Amino acid sequence: MSAQFSALTAVAAPLDAVNVDTDQIIPARFLKFPREEGYGRFLFHDLRVDPGFILNRAPFDRARILVADANFGCGSSREGAAYALHDAGFRAVIAPSFGDIFAANCLKNGIVPARLGAEICAGLRRRLRDHPGTELTVDLVSQQVRAPGGAAHAFAVDPFHRHLLLEGIDELGLTLANLPAIEAFERRWGAGLGPDSGSPRRRPG
Amino acid sequence: MDPQADQPPLRSLFQKVWDRHVVLERGGQCLLYVDRHLVHDGSFHAFANLARRGLRVRRPERTFGMPDHYVPTSGRSPGDAATPAIRRLIEVFDANAKASGMTAFALDDERQGIVHIVGPEQGITLPGFVVVCGDSHTSTHGALGALAFGIGQSEIEHVLATQTLWQARPRTLRVLIEGVRPRGVSAKDVILALIARIGAGGAVGHVIEYAGGAVRAMSVEERLTVCNMSIEAGARAGMVAPDDTTFQYLRGRPFAPSGEAWDRALAYWKTLPSDPQARFDAEVTLQAAGLEPMVTWGTSPEHAAPITGCVPEAPARALEYMGLQAGMRLAGLPIDRVFIGSCTNSRIEDLRAAAAVVRGRKARVPALVVPGSGLVRRQAEAEGLDAVFREAGFEWRHAGCSMCVAMNGDSGAPQERIASTSNRNFEGRQGRGARTHLMSPAMAAAAALAGHLADVRTLA
Repeated sequence: MSAQFSALTAVAAPLDAVNVDTDQIIPARFLKFPREEGYGRFLFHDLRVDPGFILNRAPFDRARILVADANFGCGSSREGAAYALHDAGFRAVIAPSFGDIFAANCLKNGIVPARLGAEICAGLRRRLRDHPGTELTVDLVSQQVRAPGGAAHAFAVDPFHRHLLLEGIDELGLTLANLPAIEAFERRWGAGLGPDSGSPRRRPG
Repeated sequence: MDPQADQPPLRSLFQKVWDRHVVLERGGQCLLYVDRHLVHDGSFHAFANLARRGLRVRRPERTFGMPDHYVPTSGRSPGDAATPAIRRLIEVFDANAKASGMTAFALDDERQGIVHIVGPEQGITLPGFVVVCGDSHTSTHGALGALAFGIGQSEIEHVLATQTLWQARPRTLRVLIEGVRPRGVSAKDVILALIARIGAGGAVGHVIEYAGGAVRAMSVEERLTVCNMSIEAGARAGMVAPDDTTFQYLRGRPFAPSGEAWDRALAYWKTLPSDPQARFDAEVTLQAAGLEPMVTWGTSPEHAAPITGCVPEAPARALEYMGLQAGMRLAGLPIDRVFIGSCTNSRIEDLRAAAAVVRGRKARVPALVVPGSGLVRRQAEAEGLDAVFREAGFEWRHAGCSMCVAMNGDSGAPQERIASTSNRNFEGRQGRGARTHLMSPAMAAAAALAGHLADVRTLA
């Protein structure tokens, strides 16, 4: 899937817990549904049962940016977590760290996982709670998160996928364009296939 | 000639495997070649997207599949599935497998099982390979010296179409587990103790290499348990350097090389262990002698403590969900159900350990044993372990993920307290509202007999 992202200014919602796992983002029982039906209604499904849950409350119900805490999206590799965020309108998640597979899944679905320091994230969450409806800007071009009043925080994001997102390049299409390099690699690799071999030959050079 | 002779002797096991698989580099990312791609019944989004693009599985000979997440454990036909929707997913898997030409073990094939049990069991996973699968517990396979990690649906599609993946090079963490494990302390206790120490995010962005005397002394199955839960510390992968234990385990496995190819492979595998001067980005040491049987008390695998301990001060949310209060003793906490299974602990050694505790006694609570594969089940039956479990009142089921992820209909009820040999105690993991305590197979067996969390070492 190709997705494009340059910058987004939107209402942001704070989520305070550490180690929010992908089972919380989307419980496993919803993963059997086809994507066509939309995954937005599954987002934080079992937490949203509580009317007081942050995303149930205005103005956070309009949020398209989530500001979370450390190790957000840990656990299961389910891409349904990224589908659910995407289909609920989220295009950026800001946190001190992410589950590695979750972060990769976000990038494939046009969601920017922006890493900012723990204290900066805590400050942003505090501000969002104290001033509900605050809009943040996630700018992938300048790699900055900006808050009203001028504060700007440089965030870390994978440079390769940043480039793909900025240019709207389809990752699989890019790789398929490099198929000759893969085929050349396989020839160098030699056998190394099934029951009869496990010994890839040395790559020359 | 030594294939590594032109390299400075500073490379880790991870680095050697990684370097060998780089097809090309761009923008700080490497296009990595994948030797083994494992797929399961949850991978259907990727197959649907592949078909939508009009693409086919490029290397079916490197692709292996089996249904596991959704399969019934009560029978071996898709018709035994919990619901028509679930049955459909198993049938979709079969259709995708057939159309692709991959090697697949269908539900009625005795080789079917949990993908992370079957890969090593069949010799599909080999040292020095890059192994990926759309499941975070793919880290399991690193126990054989492979670089193995979980991927999402988009990445599955990418591997199906190209046999490669774009990856940023992770950092490395060496975990030294030194000394000798005391009696009653299993591989599961070792990894739970590590996660409690470094945290559920302690290894994010890193590949762990497990080393040290206690790791060398482990069987392959024990190493598989340790590597399996690397992801619960946030690690991208977990690895153990291949050694004679590994080679002995692999020799004669159906998909492992044989004859001259075995000799060639062996020569390569012996070059894989980290160089003595290899550099790691971080290092942690754990003394095995100080470890005790562990149980989790909260809603993250890092919420683990020795069974001799108490529930600590913790975030209110976790304690409330678990129905616990700080200061409560862990031993003696009444449980409602026991689950022995999952890609963490459903191999034959796990079932032997549990059966040794159970033998001649009765379970006080409902208990379920789900072997990791049809072949594990057959082996257990040949050893009479099924009879040991059945006579004690345990249910003896067919292979699958079952109550670890509760996607197939096997699940716990709200507020039900479950002693489980699986890998995740997240809220709702084993069923909405269900309360999971993670532990080893022997500890789960002890809990079943006692009806409460119990120290297996004190069981006469």
